[in-house]
Amino acid sequence: MTRTKIATVWLDGCSGCHMSFLDIDGALLDLADRIDLVYSPLVDRKDFPDSVDITLVEGAVSSEDDLAKIRKVRAHTRTLVAFGDCAVTGNVPALRNSVGAESVLRRVYLEPDLHAPQVPNLVVPALLNVVKPVHAVVPVDVFIPGCPPSAKTILYALTELLDGRMPDLSNRTRFGA
Amino acid sequence: MTRVVTLKIDDIDATGREDETVLEVALEHGIQIPRLCALEGLTPVGACRLCLVEIEGTGRLLPACTTRVAEGMVVKTNSERLRKYRRMTIEMLFAEGNHVCSVCVVNGRCELQDLAVRLGVDHIRIPYLYPKRAVDASHERFALDPNRCVLCTRCVRVCGEIEGAHTWDLMSRGIDSAVITDLHTPWGESDTCTTCGKCVQVCPTGALFEKGMAVGEMTKRASFLATLAASREDGR
Repeated sequence: MTRTKIATVWLDGCSGCHMSFLDIDGALLDLADRIDLVYSPLVDRKDFPDSVDITLVEGAVSSEDDLAKIRKVRAHTRTLVAFGDCAVTGNVPALRNSVGAESVLRRVYLEPDLHAPQVPNLVVPALLNVVKPVHAVVPVDVFIPGCPPSAKTILYALTELLDGRMPDLSNRTRFGA
Repeated sequence: MTRVVTLKIDDIDATGREDETVLEVALEHGIQIPRLCALEGLTPVGACRLCLVEIEGTGRLLPACTTRVAEGMVVKTNSERLRKYRRMTIEMLFAEGNHVCSVCVVNGRCELQDLAVRLGVDHIRIPYLYPKRAVDASHERFALDPNRCVLCTRCVRVCGEIEGAHTWDLMSRGIDSAVITDLHTPWGESDTCTTCGKCVQVCPTGALFEKGMAVGEMTKRASFLATLAASREDGR
């Protein structure tokens, strides 16, 4: 049996959706027989592989790095899943949108009485002025709302996708679940 | 004398009084129609457009909450066309405000959130507008977060019609519309507010809430309204 190639990535999120994924506990062992986890923050691999069957994306697109990452992920993924509220709606990372990135950086790094205050600009990627949900940047195939989606919801969605069906998530999860 | 009329709603033979609305008669026959602004006990205003229905012989869609029933009327409340418009309306409501369910006091008990589930809205296809709206937390017991307001005007109506205080009103037009207290002065400085809390209880979202509530902690209790309105009608 050929195993389905699965990847998971996180952009601007809290990793809570990944934690909820791990919460499927024992079912992980059954999944392990059917999937090949080719890329993930939980896997020691630096570059996104060339051809992935299903990628779960946690987090909103909020920096230059996120933008480059999601474009690459989309180009090499057959079924792209917006995984959790930040990916689906922007959620908490997008709270800054009504004031803009600069104002947030100023508030955090310049306004407090710090020794030699400065906005970090080396190594860390520049913030986008507007945080976007994943589907506002690249086409998304499946949406799993929830903050985070429950382990049960994630297992159901993934099992359906592995069986070649589109999951019907109505009444299984919601924004903020 | 009020006459009784017969009509068809979703292929069900229905009867109602001629002074009733399509929504009222539908509900009496167990047919649910999505809505955010209509609430039993308040004057209907047709603000949210979610209860739009198709009525045979009429080209345009009409709100069930403000349309009176008539003899021989044929109503459809749940066609694919209506579901499409309702999904669009829900998406526009989400895009127009800053609705962040995960950090809201009514997460899990919100009428807007419930409708998104019911209508199968799992993402918002149009761009979010991210308006900049200030929270008014000047009242000692309650707060207004206009980021979560859908402009249903239930607060305006319950305050004017039931409490008789008319503290709430609408300001501006179109995308700038907002609910305000008195003449757009801080709620906590209002001379007219009686602190009865009716507005908070009928608000369908987390726009009006009790202070001291954390995420998902608040439950709205609007059931007082129907009882109160009915007993007043009876002259009790």
